Amino acid sequence: MLNRLFEEQKSALVAIGALVVLAFSTLVVVPETQQAVVMRLGEPQRVINRFRPGDDFGNTGAGLTWRIPIMETMVRIDKRMLTVPMERQQVLSIDQQPLEVDAYARFRIIDPARMVRSAGSSDRVVSALQPIFSSVLRQELGKRTFQSLLTAERGQAMVNIRNNLDKQAREYGAQVIDVRIKSADLPAGTPLDSAFARMTAAKDQEAATIIAEGQKNAQLIRADAQAQSAQIYANSFGKDAQFYDFWRAMQSYDATFSNQKNPGRSTIILSPDSDYLRQFKGR
Amino acid sequence: MKIISDAIAGARLAMAGRKSPWGSGPSGGGDGEGTPPQGGSGDSPDSPPAGSSEPPKGPRNPWLPPAGDEGPRRSASIEDILRPPKGGGGPGGGGGGFGFPKLPPRPDGKSWAKPIAIGAVAVWLLWSTTHMLDSKQQGIVTTLGKYSRTVGPGVSMTLPWPIETMMVEEVTSVRNDSIPAGEDEKLMLTSDQNLVDISYLVRWNIKDLKLYKFQLDNPNDTVREVAEAAMRAAVAEVPLKDAMGGSGRQSVENQVRVRMQEILDAYRSGIRILGVEIKKTDAPQKVIEAFQRVTAAQQNAQQEVTSARQWAQQVINQAQGNAAEFDKVYEQYKLAPEVTRRRLYYETMERVLSNNDKVIVESGGVTPYLPLPEVRRAQQQAQPQGGQ
Repeated sequence: MLNRLFEEQKSALVAIGALVVLAFSTLVVVPETQQAVVMRLGEPQRVINRFRPGDDFGNTGAGLTWRIPIMETMVRIDKRMLTVPMERQQVLSIDQQPLEVDAYARFRIIDPARMVRSAGSSDRVVSALQPIFSSVLRQELGKRTFQSLLTAERGQAMVNIRNNLDKQAREYGAQVIDVRIKSADLPAGTPLDSAFARMTAAKDQEAATIIAEGQKNAQLIRADAQAQSAQIYANSFGKDAQFYDFWRAMQSYDATFSNQKNPGRSTIILSPDSDYLRQFKGR
Repeated sequence: MKIISDAIAGARLAMAGRKSPWGSGPSGGGDGEGTPPQGGSGDSPDSPPAGSSEPPKGPRNPWLPPAGDEGPRRSASIEDILRPPKGGGGPGGGGGGFGFPKLPPRPDGKSWAKPIAIGAVAVWLLWSTTHMLDSKQQGIVTTLGKYSRTVGPGVSMTLPWPIETMMVEEVTSVRNDSIPAGEDEKLMLTSDQNLVDISYLVRWNIKDLKLYKFQLDNPNDTVREVAEAAMRAAVAEVPLKDAMGGSGRQSVENQVRVRMQEILDAYRSGIRILGVEIKKTDAPQKVIEAFQRVTAAQQNAQQEVTSARQWAQQVINQAQGNAAEFDKVYEQYKLAPEVTRRRLYYETMERVLSNNDKVIVESGGVTPYLPLPEVRRAQQQAQPQGGQ
């Protein structure tokens, strides 16, 4: 049945087929994420969906477009922001301290025609930028002290690196948007070990200080309590020193002789003249 | 080349579409690709065969790849369907042939190809034009690669597949990125050149789906990289103590969140950072013992202070007690000084003398003769007492 259909409509089918082939080789869809360079005989002819900073999606030129079959070819280039990773590498600060740095740069192809001429593909842009990136980075960070690499001054270094790299990237029709250090670590081996040793020593010292401080505080607390109790006594007993003497003596005799706490008898020899026996005489 | 592959993909899609009415139509047991519209649409083109034959077996199989248990069913190809009229129908055709005798009136297979084709097209149209998005999702519609609109949750329509495509993404749901991913140690340098092992969590979602889809080559990796850069920078600005301690930690979290948002906004990434939480900050493995020694020292010092406080409390309480006692007695004494004094004196003497041996001797007497050491001691003590 298909055969018969084919026989009856042969010419129409062939025409449709040819049309389809023509359409496929002429019409091209450029998605929002790509820019396309139409090349005629190896020369960039025009750019479709080129990146322009302010453009909102939907009006950028993406979508259906055309080219002349056979004569024109099309190179597709990513329009999105791309990454240049940098191999983890060692940087020497100006005070000769090694630092292992891991960074990335983000860029975007802003001139696809130029990029096609100079590099060919975005992958090749990445591999061209990579060595430049690491040398710029090493150079820039090498001008700074180790301490400043760690802290806020790094911001300016990053801006310098970005500008330097951007200058080079323009050759490839690319724009460097941002450079960031993902990590800055001490290299394994001596630098790391000595950092650990330093931390240990600092912590041990801290521990010793804490213990000493604890002892000092405890002593202060005890001394304070003693002073406070002395004051309490003085306030109270000072009201009548003579009576205190008498009262305390009574307590003392009680404690010493009345044998309530420490049994054992004493012999007390009294003179009839003693005050206690005053009434003995019946006077 | 891209065009050709698109075309092939299109053809494949069409096949898939054609497969679906059989698969999910009458039986309702749609396979993996069965989106709701697909299942529903399967009914209409299928109804003629479905109504007249045993639904699931016959039509379903011609398009399925051969599988073990499908051997017998597979025979229900178009030829089989066409055979029953010739054989006169009846039991010979088995289950598959039961209902078919109605159809043969049509002259040839053409009449079968048509409903199949129409059904396939209908399903494909429905499948590629109707989209159901749940409340967390948003979809981006592109017309021949060009951004056309963003659609929210609910049912929405687009033009059929090659013309319009929809990319659906969960937008409001929160994504969690744990850094570092494993249990590895992640050492960061603090401003005082110490190292701290930090692991943290970044929570984010999509703020602008369009930007998220079209601006970055790999948004998810970008979030992680930006998080690392921001966290390192923030930690490098605080001393170890703050990085590990409570409030310093919170300000680091805040800083990282703000910084990440700034960077991602500068990238026009369409990503919103919801929060950054530091899960743990530890001392590096190699120095953890020294850190523990500090903790032990702190406890030690704390204990020492506590026991000193205890002692101090005791001493003060005792002083207060003694003073209070004296004050009470002194109050009495003030009322009648001489009487109180004598009373206290006699009471004490009573207690003292009643518990001891007493000897009363004239002052110029024989005392020196007594040799007993106890007596001698007693005598020594008695002297001051007598003097009072």
